Amino acid sequence: MTTRSRFHQGLDELKSKLLAMGGQAEQAVETAVRAYNERVPELCQRVFTNEAKINMAEREIDELALDLLAMQQPMAVDLRFILAIIKSNADLERVGDQAVNIAQRVMDLIALPQVDLPADIPQMAAIAAQMVRQALEAFVSGDAEAAQRILEMDDITDRMNQEIFLAMDKAMNDSPDVIRQALDTIIIARNLERIADHATNIAEDVIFWIRGADVRHGFSTTTAK
Amino acid sequence: MSLAIKVTQLNAWFGRTQALYDINMQIAASQVTAIIGPSGCGKSTFVRCLNRMHETIPEARVEGSVKIGNLDVLAKGTSPVEVRRRVGMVFQKPNPFPAMSIYDNVAAGLKLNGFHKRQELDEIVEHALRMAALWDEVKDSLRKKSGASLSGGQQQRLCIARALAVQPEVLLMDEPASALDPISTAKIEELLFQLKAQYTIVIVTHNMQQAARVADSTGFFLLGRLIEFDKTQKMFTAPGDKRTEDYITGRFG
Repeated sequence: MTTRSRFHQGLDELKSKLLAMGGQAEQAVETAVRAYNERVPELCQRVFTNEAKINMAEREIDELALDLLAMQQPMAVDLRFILAIIKSNADLERVGDQAVNIAQRVMDLIALPQVDLPADIPQMAAIAAQMVRQALEAFVSGDAEAAQRILEMDDITDRMNQEIFLAMDKAMNDSPDVIRQALDTIIIARNLERIADHATNIAEDVIFWIRGADVRHGFSTTTAK
Repeated sequence: MSLAIKVTQLNAWFGRTQALYDINMQIAASQVTAIIGPSGCGKSTFVRCLNRMHETIPEARVEGSVKIGNLDVLAKGTSPVEVRRRVGMVFQKPNPFPAMSIYDNVAAGLKLNGFHKRQELDEIVEHALRMAALWDEVKDSLRKKSGASLSGGQQQRLCIARALAVQPEVLLMDEPASALDPISTAKIEELLFQLKAQYTIVIVTHNMQQAARVADSTGFFLLGRLIEFDKTQKMFTAPGDKRTEDYITGRFG
């Protein structure tokens, strides 16, 4: 086996590790949201326990990426790929953290009287989880166009977060005894909005890897000056 | 960017085998330009056309135009000696004149051109050795030691000093560091940064990291053709041609 094919094997390994970790992060979000919908503390516990696995995976991916950078001096598409992996890795770890934050709020909600608040958390959660899943799929297939579509979805979660904030503000004014539940809901919506942001970052990294173009913050320039 | 070398429709042959096809390239002054590509891609042939070394090989032939300032390199009336004075060359293997002292190695080109004023010669030799970052290491044994007694890295810097002594405009380097250890390589690379303020440097290298480190622009050759020529930063982060990308990421070659 030549040195280069060992290198390309390393790149493949990096990708599958990132996807496995992505799967765990995505599952953490889904579990936290199910805990919210069904008010089940055991599901929250599962999110807390699984976070350690995500953190471990983050370290392994960074270590492998660092080894490849140091030992193989990758260039061009390979260099962009490893950078995209390192950055997406950090985003996925943050997705896992956000799932933990949601589960903590759910634990708080479960301990409080159940109230009916006008916030469509399940719908927002479905969109955020879908964005994470599609960002990972774009990574698998190296599909910059699929990644581009995720960027457009980010506006939806931003708007929903804003709407939930206003609705909770009104609910708290109308009825002070739901303040704590409403605050938990605001925080959950905020966490979901952050998850969508991380999915957007990953999509931007896919575009950078495939096209060599930095599209962050509304720019559309390529890396080359 | 001011232009140092303008290559137009350059074609080169060894006997009936064509080595270069329709090369068009504009090389900037006071910059380092790297030429990369797999073995046999024509990169050495290309630089050897720039100072008329190609034609020294029996049955070798060249067509097209190479202009360095007002000098029409390939024109019939142009003297190869004049071309090589203005376009210096450093080779892969250090090749000092073994029987000559360090001093005479550096002064050789000038003496060959009929320059014999002792004091001025001393000044030029010192200046060339300083430019080549070798002066401090050899100043006490200039006439005592032969060029061959130096280490490989020192010999290569001696060859650079020898090339610089005749005050060329362009310096061609064909794999100048491939036979050197990492420390000597680093010295040569550092030297390129110093030299490019005054010279136009074209370097052929198999070492892609070296091209990435030292060159402002990089040209990729494949099967005798110039595939892509752009800023080094672009070539190594987001090349425009799939063949360039495949080569620099080690997918072939």
